[in-house]
Amino acid sequence: MGKFADTFLNWEVMAQYAPKVLEGFFVTIQLAIAVVVTGIACGLLLAVARTFRLRVLNFFIVAAVDVMRALPPLVLIMILYFALPTVGIKFSGFVATWLALSAILAAFSEEIFWAGILAVPRGQWEAARSTGLGFMQTMTHVVLPQAVRLTIPPLTNRTIAITKGTALGATVAVGEILYQAQTGYSFSYNPSPLTLGAIAYLILFIPVVWFGRWVETRFAWKR
Amino acid sequence: MILDVRALHKSFGQLEVLKGIDLQVAERELVFVIGPSGSGKSTLLRCCNRLEEPSSGSIRVAGIDIMAPGVDINAVRRRIGMVFQSFNLYPHLNALGNVTLALQKVLKKPKNEAQDLGVKALTRVGLAEKAKAYPNELSGGQQQRVAIARALALEPSIMLFDEPTSALDPELVGSVLAVMREMRESGMTMVVVSHEMRFARGAADRVVFMDQGRILEQGTPQKLFNQPEHSRIREFIASIEH
Repeated sequence: MGKFADTFLNWEVMAQYAPKVLEGFFVTIQLAIAVVVTGIACGLLLAVARTFRLRVLNFFIVAAVDVMRALPPLVLIMILYFALPTVGIKFSGFVATWLALSAILAAFSEEIFWAGILAVPRGQWEAARSTGLGFMQTMTHVVLPQAVRLTIPPLTNRTIAITKGTALGATVAVGEILYQAQTGYSFSYNPSPLTLGAIAYLILFIPVVWFGRWVETRFAWKR
Repeated sequence: MILDVRALHKSFGQLEVLKGIDLQVAERELVFVIGPSGSGKSTLLRCCNRLEEPSSGSIRVAGIDIMAPGVDINAVRRRIGMVFQSFNLYPHLNALGNVTLALQKVLKKPKNEAQDLGVKALTRVGLAEKAKAYPNELSGGQQQRVAIARALALEPSIMLFDEPTSALDPELVGSVLAVMREMRESGMTMVVVSHEMRFARGAADRVVFMDQGRILEQGTPQKLFNQPEHSRIREFIASIEH
């Protein structure tokens, strides 16, 4: 037990690297917020664009979404960070991770929003249009409020899963939690910083998981 | 003439649902449209505000050719109230919100004024006290009355009813018919697709019988229900009333 504590819960090492992990904690928060905002906004925009049913546009949306859903996030990050500079496009690790995860979240949330929009009964459109509301007015005031409620449970789960992918930023030198923890581990030769990192993730994501559960019950309404 | 339909055809792919409909509805008239299912009654109604796009023919509502290229269909639609079989209330808005949405977004009324008009419309259908209730808290009959109020609030020139009581439990039908009767007495022009024959006998100015995409016969309720020229109609009415 003493050996276990000494290895994984070494206070001395933890105290030494806590400031770094805390620094990473805030980087992770920034990255996560940027990814959630960009990804969900783009996903919603794409889903709405798809309702215009322009054949060429929809082909490209569906194709792009399928590619983004199929690619492992790490591969996309690597392409943006290591491959694109060879053609002269350079991103920082932070930006590469942000773009990659946003694109993937946008793809998944587009599919979820699209399914939500389709799930709103046709009669809702007809009732709204029959009172003189235009297409976009109907979309904004009648369809999306219902579609978004339907999408909140799957969207919350997907968002949490993709946001945890911010840890992948460690591979491209983004100073987020895992990167700091790993660096601490390399220098101290003791895994306690990784324990600290895990705790930091729990502190960050457990409330998000709880929030997701609260949102699910809050937005569930009888039809 | 509030509604003037001429030579209206509508096909869904190969299937011709309306095969040349001529129908004129005068101001303050209540026209009942009956006929077997699949005869095109609902399609006719839905063409009148272009929820279905007619294949050919002309439709004028209050003098406006709604098929004209460049016509502002949203402006026309707010003059045509429509009530659906399945109510189609917005589940995320309360009764008042359902009624005021188009007042605010289409007629651009300020919120206060829209709410006053909304309460007035709900009062007219006897549901002022349910203004804050959400659709799932209302009975089917109450939901349909809110849907009527939603259409009424826009002060339409004509109201179209697409089987307004077909989805209701029998004991709830009366409340909806009572509202429709009140509307008729206040002079609203109405076209009603329905199987409520007793209501038709009592309230309709004219009954139109449709069969296989055509108007087979029309006339006063007395004429059509008691001495129709076509035995087909007698059979249909007998089958409905038993």
